[in-house]
Amino acid sequence: MNFAFFEVFDVYLLEAIVNGILLGGVLALMALGLNLIFGVIDVVWICYAELIMIGMYGLYYTYAVYGLPMWIASPMCIALVAVLGLLLHYIVIRPLLDAAPINQLLATGGVLFFLQSFATVAFGIDFRNLGIRLPVLAIGDMHFSYARLLAFLAALAGMVTIYLFMTRTYIGTAIRAIAQDRQIMVLMGVDSRRLYLVTSALGGALAGLAACLLVLQYDVHPFVGLSFGPITFMIVVLGGLGNFIGGFVASFVFAEIISLGGLYSDLEWGYVLAFAFFILMMFARPQGLLTRRS
Amino acid sequence: MLFVKGLVKRFGGFAAVNNVSFEVERGEILGLIGPNGSGKSTIFNVLSGTYRPTTGSILFNGHEIAGLAPHQIINRGIGRTFQIPRPFRRLSVFDNVALAGYYGQGRHSRAKAQASAERALAVVGLPTDARAEVGSLGAAGLKKLELAKALATEPKLLLADESLGGLDEHEMSRAAEMLRRIRDEMGITIIWVEHIMGVLMRVVDRVIVLDHGEKIAEGSPGAVANNPKVIEVYLGTEAQAQQELAAALHAEGAPS
Amino acid sequence: MTARKLLIGVTALALIALPFVYKQPYHLHVLVLILIWSFAYTSWSVMGRFGLVSLGHGGFMGVGAYVTALLWNHLGVSPWIGIPLALLAAGLLAIVVGYPCFRFRIIGHYFALVTLALSGIVLQVITATRDFTGGSLGYTPERTKGSVLAAVQFVDKETWYLIALLVWALGLLIWYLVDGSMLRHAMEAISEDEDAAAAAGINVTAEKLKITVLSAVMTAFAGALYCQYQMFISPDTVSGISVSLQMVFAAVVGGIYVALGPTVGAVITILLAEALRIGFGTAAVGWDNLIYGVLLVCFIVLLPQGILGSLLVRRAAAK
Repeated sequence: MNFAFFEVFDVYLLEAIVNGILLGGVLALMALGLNLIFGVIDVVWICYAELIMIGMYGLYYTYAVYGLPMWIASPMCIALVAVLGLLLHYIVIRPLLDAAPINQLLATGGVLFFLQSFATVAFGIDFRNLGIRLPVLAIGDMHFSYARLLAFLAALAGMVTIYLFMTRTYIGTAIRAIAQDRQIMVLMGVDSRRLYLVTSALGGALAGLAACLLVLQYDVHPFVGLSFGPITFMIVVLGGLGNFIGGFVASFVFAEIISLGGLYSDLEWGYVLAFAFFILMMFARPQGLLTRRS
Repeated sequence: MLFVKGLVKRFGGFAAVNNVSFEVERGEILGLIGPNGSGKSTIFNVLSGTYRPTTGSILFNGHEIAGLAPHQIINRGIGRTFQIPRPFRRLSVFDNVALAGYYGQGRHSRAKAQASAERALAVVGLPTDARAEVGSLGAAGLKKLELAKALATEPKLLLADESLGGLDEHEMSRAAEMLRRIRDEMGITIIWVEHIMGVLMRVVDRVIVLDHGEKIAEGSPGAVANNPKVIEVYLGTEAQAQQELAAALHAEGAPS
Repeated sequence: MTARKLLIGVTALALIALPFVYKQPYHLHVLVLILIWSFAYTSWSVMGRFGLVSLGHGGFMGVGAYVTALLWNHLGVSPWIGIPLALLAAGLLAIVVGYPCFRFRIIGHYFALVTLALSGIVLQVITATRDFTGGSLGYTPERTKGSVLAAVQFVDKETWYLIALLVWALGLLIWYLVDGSMLRHAMEAISEDEDAAAAAGINVTAEKLKITVLSAVMTAFAGALYCQYQMFISPDTVSGISVSLQMVFAAVVGGIYVALGPTVGAVITILLAEALRIGFGTAAVGWDNLIYGVLLVCFIVLLPQGILGSLLVRRAAAK
């Protein structure tokens, strides 16, 4: 490898850019979950980040506390959050399918409250860590944590799997069709209830996967959802609620902003920068905020 | 009073209004007719500010108003009614009109707004009782409410959008009479979009005919009604024969 | 009419006289909290009643609390100046976020999501500036010795009770003023049919901004007051999503369309929190929010037309 090539760029800048891409992978995974739910069921799960938080605790307990190997603990965690997604839909969303969207939001807000408090009561407010120390990959003067690389690859794998599911299976195709035009559902003779449940489980599973990947890199505590929740919402709103490609692109854009912002200052300023960017984009490109369905 | 030059409004690749120009003189009642999809409502939407024109100029009393926001255009003195009445059901009839009076005149005084509301309601013949609810109005009443709301903004130019839809014959002639009275007594210039032609033709001073977004005829009602292009566009060529038949019947004194 | 006025007068006198007759400090403390939070919830309803449901009012409250405290501690600026500055900051924030939303017709749940992001970001800013704000550990305004008017710090609960009562009454006054104004009609028209409202001459963006700024500024004031009273603030007690949701919950449960509705909501939420605290002690941390969460979900799922719908029905029937 010719390191002279890297000496042209500021090494730390390059590192931040690459880290941004890696972060973008996980954010894209979360955006995918949210867009899937919205695209099919037309509901936004405000508590999505909290579902991920529960998943993170799930992995913490199965792996770090009960000592199950990772290759058992992770699928369990994913399944756990998938079930949570199912329950969320069945108990909270289903009765509200015809209600005003704001009621649906408030209901998922209630669940957010509930999950955060549940975690506080059940697990306490201390920060928990998996205790895994993965090695760091060094390229020249740049350092990339394997945890992050692994997360990125796993996120990509997750998205590819979803893509294959959506294009190769009947249910997946049905989901894609409905995501484009909900009226079709009745005409296609699709059982909407079953479809919604499958979608909710999928959305939950994606959250579960994101949880596994996040807990590798970050501590978990009841309010960890507050760190990435707002970002995820900004991503899906800017990309267009229900717009998968938009969400994908927006994820990486925001990830870069956060990463570069974090390069020059604290991580939280990266978030602030992202929000400022969000506001600016609303002025500049309002079309980015309208879903195909409005 | 109003000079529209080269107005174009495109939605994507489709030109709903394609290079339309016309003038409106102060104090006249101008009819704007054409089959469905000819661009009548689009022109109204552009004039009232709901849409921005793709290109073209609109001069109102000497000022360019193309591209202004709806509330700005109303403040300048152009009022409009909606084809399908859009009342605010949460407010009483009086409050609907007073609201339009207050904001339509630039938010100066509640008392002025209420006075305008009372006047407007009186002109259209609706009760000024503060408790009257929108729900108690029928189709004709809702149309009257639309008109009252527009009048309360004290417009100099009124865009009346299909004021006759949903009315029976008797109500229709009363509505047409009301528009004429509004022009005569209140000095308001009117552009009237309609596709129920008979009544309109009896009231307007001039008519403009649209088809597929373009102006195809302009002139007095009589001249336009006999314009073969207009007849063809509206009714097909058979209608010419029908027209002659009707004219013949009328000449013989039979009820038409 | 006179019977009603008499009732209001008597109640007002009783409320004012209360601290002179009944001096139990803990109960007065709870009352002060109820009054301050009632004001905060009322501030939210000023917007919420017109369908502008914000899930981000925690952000405004946080701005109100932190700006006041920071100016006092770091620059020695008296809250008499600090609070207006905090209100100004909150108002500006409301404009910066509200203007693009309203100009580009971002309403309903899009708007709610944007406000949600806002409150999250305010929390992040507070945490990021931890060198100034103490981050998640919280922040304490510097205490003066005894009660100092210039520093808006009072030792005795009686004074605070009267201040809170005054502010709460002010909130109700503002609510009534909005209720009787043309702005209210305009907002109702806008929430029903924005295009028709614009066609009636209403500058939709401007009117929405007005109500939003009013609501934001009032909420910030609640935050500043809370800061001066409690003498301790932390990101999650005065800002963030939990506070935002709590506001919505209390206002919705108490009743958005009624002036005293948010107050009722405050009574419910605070008494519940205190009861749990007394019952469970420190083990109660989180239980109150847990119950709010369940209640909120139940409320929304079980009310047949949803909260807004059934309240409208009740209101129409009462007319």
